[in-house]
Amino acid sequence: MTKKDLGLLILILAVGAVVTMINPRFILPINIANTANLVGMFGLSALGQCIVILTGGIELSVGSVIALLGALFVDFIANQNIPWPAAVALMLALSVALGLTHGLLITKFKLPPFIVTLCGLLIYRGVARFYTRDATAGFAFGQNFPNLEFLTAGRSFGVPNSFIALIIAAAIMWLVVHRSVFGRYLYAVGKNEEAARFSGIKTDRVIVAAYVICMVLTMVSALYFAMYTRSISPASHGNFYELYAIAAAVLGGFSLRGGEGSIIGALLGVVLLQELQNLVNLLGIPSSLNFAVVGGVILLGVLVDQQWGSFRERRRTEDAARGSEPKPASAE
Amino acid sequence: MTSVAAHTQPASAEPFLTLAGIRKVYPGVVALSNFSMSVSPGEVIGLVGENGAGKSTLMKILGGVIAPSQGIITIDGVARPALTVADSMAAGIAFVHQELNLFDNLDVAANIFIGREPLTGGLLRFVDEKKQHEMVVPLLKRVGANFSAFAPLASLSLAQRQMVEIAKALSVDARLVILDEPTSILPLSETEKLLEVIRALKGDGISVIFISHRLHEVELIADRVVVLRDGALVGTLDKDEIDHQRMVKLMIGRDIKVPSAPLANRPGDIAMSAVGVRTGAYPAQPVSLDVRNGEILGLAGLVGSGRTELVRAMFGVDPIYGGYFELNGETFRPTHASQAIARGIFLVPEDRQGAGVLLDMSIAENISLPNLPAHATGFFVKRGLEIQTAETQKRNLAIMTPSVTTRTGSLSGGNQQKVVLAKWLAMSPKIMIFDEPTRGIDIGAKAEIYRLMRELADLGVAVLMISSDMEEVIGVSDRIAVMHEGRVAGILDRDRFSGENVLLLAVGKTIGAKTGP
Repeated sequence: MTKKDLGLLILILAVGAVVTMINPRFILPINIANTANLVGMFGLSALGQCIVILTGGIELSVGSVIALLGALFVDFIANQNIPWPAAVALMLALSVALGLTHGLLITKFKLPPFIVTLCGLLIYRGVARFYTRDATAGFAFGQNFPNLEFLTAGRSFGVPNSFIALIIAAAIMWLVVHRSVFGRYLYAVGKNEEAARFSGIKTDRVIVAAYVICMVLTMVSALYFAMYTRSISPASHGNFYELYAIAAAVLGGFSLRGGEGSIIGALLGVVLLQELQNLVNLLGIPSSLNFAVVGGVILLGVLVDQQWGSFRERRRTEDAARGSEPKPASAE
Repeated sequence: MTSVAAHTQPASAEPFLTLAGIRKVYPGVVALSNFSMSVSPGEVIGLVGENGAGKSTLMKILGGVIAPSQGIITIDGVARPALTVADSMAAGIAFVHQELNLFDNLDVAANIFIGREPLTGGLLRFVDEKKQHEMVVPLLKRVGANFSAFAPLASLSLAQRQMVEIAKALSVDARLVILDEPTSILPLSETEKLLEVIRALKGDGISVIFISHRLHEVELIADRVVVLRDGALVGTLDKDEIDHQRMVKLMIGRDIKVPSAPLANRPGDIAMSAVGVRTGAYPAQPVSLDVRNGEILGLAGLVGSGRTELVRAMFGVDPIYGGYFELNGETFRPTHASQAIARGIFLVPEDRQGAGVLLDMSIAENISLPNLPAHATGFFVKRGLEIQTAETQKRNLAIMTPSVTTRTGSLSGGNQQKVVLAKWLAMSPKIMIFDEPTRGIDIGAKAEIYRLMRELADLGVAVLMISSDMEEVIGVSDRIAVMHEGRVAGILDRDRFSGENVLLLAVGKTIGAKTGP
C-alpha cells in the first residue's frame, strides 16, 4: 500500500467518522451491507476501467454496455427461456467481442480511444432501446432463478455476494497488474508506448487485451446490476456509470495519461465514491445536489493530490541538491 | 550572407561584461567557484566542459535566474552582486537554448514577436501582421536566412529554426548571444551555416558564447575558449592555443584517446545484408549494404538521408516498402521489433528518452523489459532475478546509481544510455545498431561507449553505428558507408577515411576513383 493509498484510506475513515457522529445510522449493518453491495457492483466496472486507463486509454461506453448487456440478459432468461449459465456464456462472448472491436479500432485503425468508446456509448444505448422497444425489461411475477439470484443479489455470512465477487476479481487483477508479465507490459505501454515497442513488446496486443478485460469486467457488473434492479429501463439504466468508474480510478491515483495507479487505490476510490453517495442520503442533503457533492469532492481530492505531488517533487529536488539521494518510491 | 562585414572587429575591444570571483553554492554542492571571465564586443567565446562542470549554473547566473553566492558582475561599468532577469535582458543578453522554444504552428514572424506582437490601434487591438512581417525582414537578412517571414515554422529545417531563434535574440537588440549546444541537433551541412551566422554576428560587434561538446566546431569558431571542470575555471585558451587535445585534457584533467583505435584484424563473415531495401524516407531508392561480424560499420550522411529509417526497418519498427534483409541465408522482413530481438538484432535508438528507456520505470525494470519472459515463471515476474540481472549489468557498465531500483529518469544522459545498452547486453547481441549513440553525452561517458562498441565487435558482434559527429564516425568505424538522399553514396575503407571524403559523399558528390580492396 502506497502513501497515497494510505491517505485515501484515512480520508475514508475520517469521512465515515464524521458522518457517523451526525447520523449514527451510517454504521448500522444494513447500511454498511447496502453500501458494500453498491461498492461491489460499481467496483467491478471500475476495475475494468482502470486497466484501460493504465494503458493511457479510456472506456466511455461502460454505462451503455451495462444497459445493453443487462437488457439482453434479462430478456434471454426471462422471455427467451435460455438457461442462465448459457446466457452468461453468451454475455461473456459478446463482451469479449465488444472489447476486441474497441481494441482493434484503436490499435489497427489508429482511432483515438475517446472517439471509439464515445461512439460505443451512443451506439449501445441506441441498440438497447431499440431491442427492448424502449420498454422496461424485467421478470414476470413469480419468476425465480434461485442459484443466479443467490450468486448475484444474495449474501454469504451477511456480506453481499457482489462485494465478494469484487474482492475475488480485485485479487486476481492485483496479481495481473502488479505481479505478472502482462501487468508490467501494461505499465510500460501506458508510460511510453514507443519505448515499449522498441523493447519488443507487442503493444497492440497489450492494448486490445486491456479493452477485452475491461469489457468482461463490465459485463460481470452488468449482470449484477441487472439482477439487483431486476428491471431495466434501457434509456436510463447505467447512465453515467462510466464516469463513476473513471472518477474512482482518478481518486485512486490513476493518471489519465496512463502508466500510473494501483488496484488498491482504485478500490479505495470506489469505496470513497459510494461513501459520498451514502453521505448525501444520510445527511439529508437534497439528492438533487448528489452530483455536485461528488464532483466537488473529486475536484478537491485531485487538487490536494496534485499539490502534494509538486511539493514532494520540490523536496526531492532539494534533497538531490543536498547530495543525499532520496529513497525511491516502492513499485506499486 | 549579405551582412557579413568586410572586416571583423578585433576582439581586443574593451570588455562590456565582466564576471569576477563568482561562486555559487547549493546546499552541499559547490556548483561554481572563483570563476572570472570577461566578454568584449564582437568576441566569440567557446565554453566547454563535461556535463555537470558548471556551464548551466553560469548560464543561469548570466540570465538572472539565480544569484551567485559571491562575486561581482560588472556590465558597462556598473558592478552588481547579482542580475535579475530584467537586468539581463536590459543588458542585451539573449539565449538560444538547446531545446528550441518555438511554435510549429505559427509562422516565422509570429515566432519572433511572440508575446511582444505589434498591435493595431483601435478598440480591439489586433496583431499588426503587416508591421510584424516588415520588422522581421531585416532581422532575417542579418542572420542570412533563406526563408521568408511568412514561412510556417513547421516547414523549416532545424538549422533554419535556430536562425529564427537567433533573429529573435537580435530583435531585442542583443549584445551577447549565448548558444547552448547549438550544433548537437544539426547535421554536418547545416552546422557550417550556423557558424556562418555566428561570424556575421561577430562582424556586427555582437558577442557570442558558444557552448558545445563538439570541439571541432569550437576550434573553428572561437576566439577564446574557457574550460570548466567541476565548477572551476581550469583554463583559458587564446585563439592560437585552441586545439582539440588541449581542450580535452583540460576538460577531463587527463589525456584520453578519443576515440579508441579501431582493431587491425579482418572482419568476419557477412552478418546481415540489406538487399534493395526501400524505406518510407526514400521509397524510390533501394539500399543494399552488408554488415560484417566483428566490425563497426559507420553510417554517415546528412540528417534525413534515410539512415535512421534503414536501421529502424532492420529492427522492425518502420515498414519496408521493398527488398528484404538477408540473415544467415534467410530472408528477413521484420514487421515488429520482437522479430528482430528474437534474432539478436538490437537497436539503441536515436531518441533515448522517447524510445530508448522508460524514464518512469526503475533501472532493473528497464533492463528486463525486452526479456521479461526469461525473468518470469510463466505468469509471474521474478523480481529477485530482475534485480540480479540489473546488478550484473550495473557492474559491467559502471552505471552510476545508488540502486538498480532507482527511477531511470533521475540518471544523467550518459547513464541512461548505459541502461539502454544494458538491456541489450543482458541478452546476447549478434547485430547491435547504434543510432547517434553519444548525442548529448559528456566526453567521459562517450569514451566508455566507444570502448563498449569495440569490445562487442571484438566478440564478433556486427556493430552498425549511425553518427552525425564526424570525429566519431572517423575515429570509431572500421568502414564507413555514406548515405545521400536514400542511397548508399559510397563505402570508405580505413585508408580513405577523411572528413572531406565523408562530406563529399554525404552531399552527393563523387570522390576519387579508387574503391576499397
